[in-house]
Amino acid sequence: MKRDDQAYWKATKRLLCIILAIWILVSIGLSIVFAHSLNVIKLGGYPLGFWFAQQGSIYTFIALIFIYIYAIGKIDRRYDVHEE
Amino acid sequence: MSLQLTTYITVGLTFLLYIGIAIWTRARSTKDYYVAGGNVGPIANGMATAADWMSAASFISMAGMVANMGFGGSVFLMGWTGGYVLLAMLLAPYLRKFGKFTVPQFIRDRFYSKTTAAVAILCLLIASITYIIGQMTGVGVAFSRFLGVSSETGIYIGMAIVFTYAVFGGMKGITYTQVAQFCVLITAFIIPAVFISFQLTGNPIPQLGLGSRLAGTDIALLDRLNQVVTDLGFREYTTAYAGSMMNMVLFTLSLMIGTAGLPHVIMRFFTVSSVKAARISAGWTLIFIAMLYTTAPAVGAMAKYNLHRTVTPGIENHSSVFDSDSHLIAAQRPDWMKRWEKTGLLKWEDKNQDGRIQYYNDTSTDQVFLDNAENAGWKGNELTVHADIIVLANPEIALLPNWIIALVAAGGLAAALSTAAGLLIAISSSISHDLVKGILFPKMKDKGELIVGRIAMTVSILIAGWLGLNPPGFAAGTVALAFGIAASSLFPALMMGIFSKKMNMQGATAGMLSGLSFTLFYVFAHKGIFFVQGTTFVHLFGGENFFFGLAPEAIGAVGAGANFLIAFIVNRFTKEPPEYIQALVEGVRLPRGASIVEGAH
Repeated sequence: MKRDDQAYWKATKRLLCIILAIWILVSIGLSIVFAHSLNVIKLGGYPLGFWFAQQGSIYTFIALIFIYIYAIGKIDRRYDVHEE
Repeated sequence: MSLQLTTYITVGLTFLLYIGIAIWTRARSTKDYYVAGGNVGPIANGMATAADWMSAASFISMAGMVANMGFGGSVFLMGWTGGYVLLAMLLAPYLRKFGKFTVPQFIRDRFYSKTTAAVAILCLLIASITYIIGQMTGVGVAFSRFLGVSSETGIYIGMAIVFTYAVFGGMKGITYTQVAQFCVLITAFIIPAVFISFQLTGNPIPQLGLGSRLAGTDIALLDRLNQVVTDLGFREYTTAYAGSMMNMVLFTLSLMIGTAGLPHVIMRFFTVSSVKAARISAGWTLIFIAMLYTTAPAVGAMAKYNLHRTVTPGIENHSSVFDSDSHLIAAQRPDWMKRWEKTGLLKWEDKNQDGRIQYYNDTSTDQVFLDNAENAGWKGNELTVHADIIVLANPEIALLPNWIIALVAAGGLAAALSTAAGLLIAISSSISHDLVKGILFPKMKDKGELIVGRIAMTVSILIAGWLGLNPPGFAAGTVALAFGIAASSLFPALMMGIFSKKMNMQGATAGMLSGLSFTLFYVFAHKGIFFVQGTTFVHLFGGENFFFGLAPEAIGAVGAGANFLIAFIVNRFTKEPPEYIQALVEGVRLPRGASIVEGAH
């Protein structure tokens, strides 16, 4: 890899770590481990922890993929490795 | 028009559509056959992947499992969606850039070894074949339940339909049929859900209805449901864990990692035109899947409430469940109950001979509740409800018109057929492309390979059909195994192939073998050696769930961990991969440039 390519890969890995951290936090953290504590809060008729487990986590997954697509697209162009 | 006739017409029309697509999309080259020409649009691929992914289990069983498990059912909802984040970021774009036709082909080239490829083919075959048994039985079940033909006839019809578009169209035929099947199955799932949500809460959007108040009251649906199920001795709906918290965490992770490692899903991303398209396509896939996966918990909870309301009408006017007239008089039970009793999915037995149906949790841990039940003259739970009833009988429970019931039949068949076809192309291409051409006869020409591909597909369909007709008695346990194997063998190998430039063939092979054998060992200990009854050996290790209380379904994530660990240890003590492999990995990481290698070579 040329120098720039290495920096590109580093930036990519950083992005992946951030997104995976949110992924774990929401799916495992809010939806399972802390679900019972969150249930005290209500979202309409939903207890919040239950909402995260059966609705919110899935919406978060979708959002994360599209945030990733946007962010990696920017990184691709910054390091000039994007497809033509 | 009778229900039977409506169903025949609806299902017949969808089948004509699939066959029409098959004629229109005949494959002319191996590129058509394996990757649908390599130029499927991201949205079309998203729909096809969603149909590929959502099986008979997702369509027919999942809402019911969530209804039974309550909060614990979230493991399926998150586990079968969360993996797409991993797939979109860690695998799909890089494998697309690599530009090969199949998963074992990537493993062979990246780890420069036929042995490693052979291990990958083995893992792929075990995972896909165990998975397809469930699909073929699902086809049979859907036919027999809805069309009144025997389940054998159903499987033969299903085989014939898949044959027409899979053998002639290959991946191309499968892709465009799956697009159509997605549209059928999602419509069939959502329409009854909208009706039932509107009836119960006045809100037609199920995702919002689940969080709304019951129509005409100021009580939230979920609060009411919690109250009803706890009154009947069940665990509270919105808080019941699936096993321990640790078990639930690892169960979810195993399904997520397994999702990202299943070859029939991964290979769908070889069909798009660019790295960028692969990323976007993964996003679309998850949107399409989420349409069903966020609706399913609403269907589950609402149908469960409707069921309790039907069987224990006393809860409607807030009288105690222990009053004798709170329970449904058996002679007055609705027609749909009688109809489903014939299938065995619903069983009623008047244990205390009072002519009424007591449906409650007779294994409750609440002694006060059990004492009250005994004082009320109950002699045990009298109604057994199979999880599948929640979706299958949902339109009837909610008194919806016949055409909706017919649509659900077509949807269930679309779900089972589309997943079966996706698995078949994964199985047959790993045989024709990776085993016959890749390892046995590398000099074979394109045309010859196309013929071998079609023969392999035909044989796979026959084997799958045979397995569907003679399902081994363990069909239920096999899905756990498919996810466990994908999570513990294929996913780590693919990920290390991209993210660890220095990972060598010895490390990857040892990793896959240890992940695979660890998972097989734990599953076999619980379910019997190769699922043969009476050969379980958990007692040798201190009983069920001996590994930190984990259920066998939750072990895949641990197997994946073992795979990574062993691979890195072995890698440390063996030779680095050659220079050209390291350069190849660097090339795979960059979006720009042509495919690293052309698929056909």
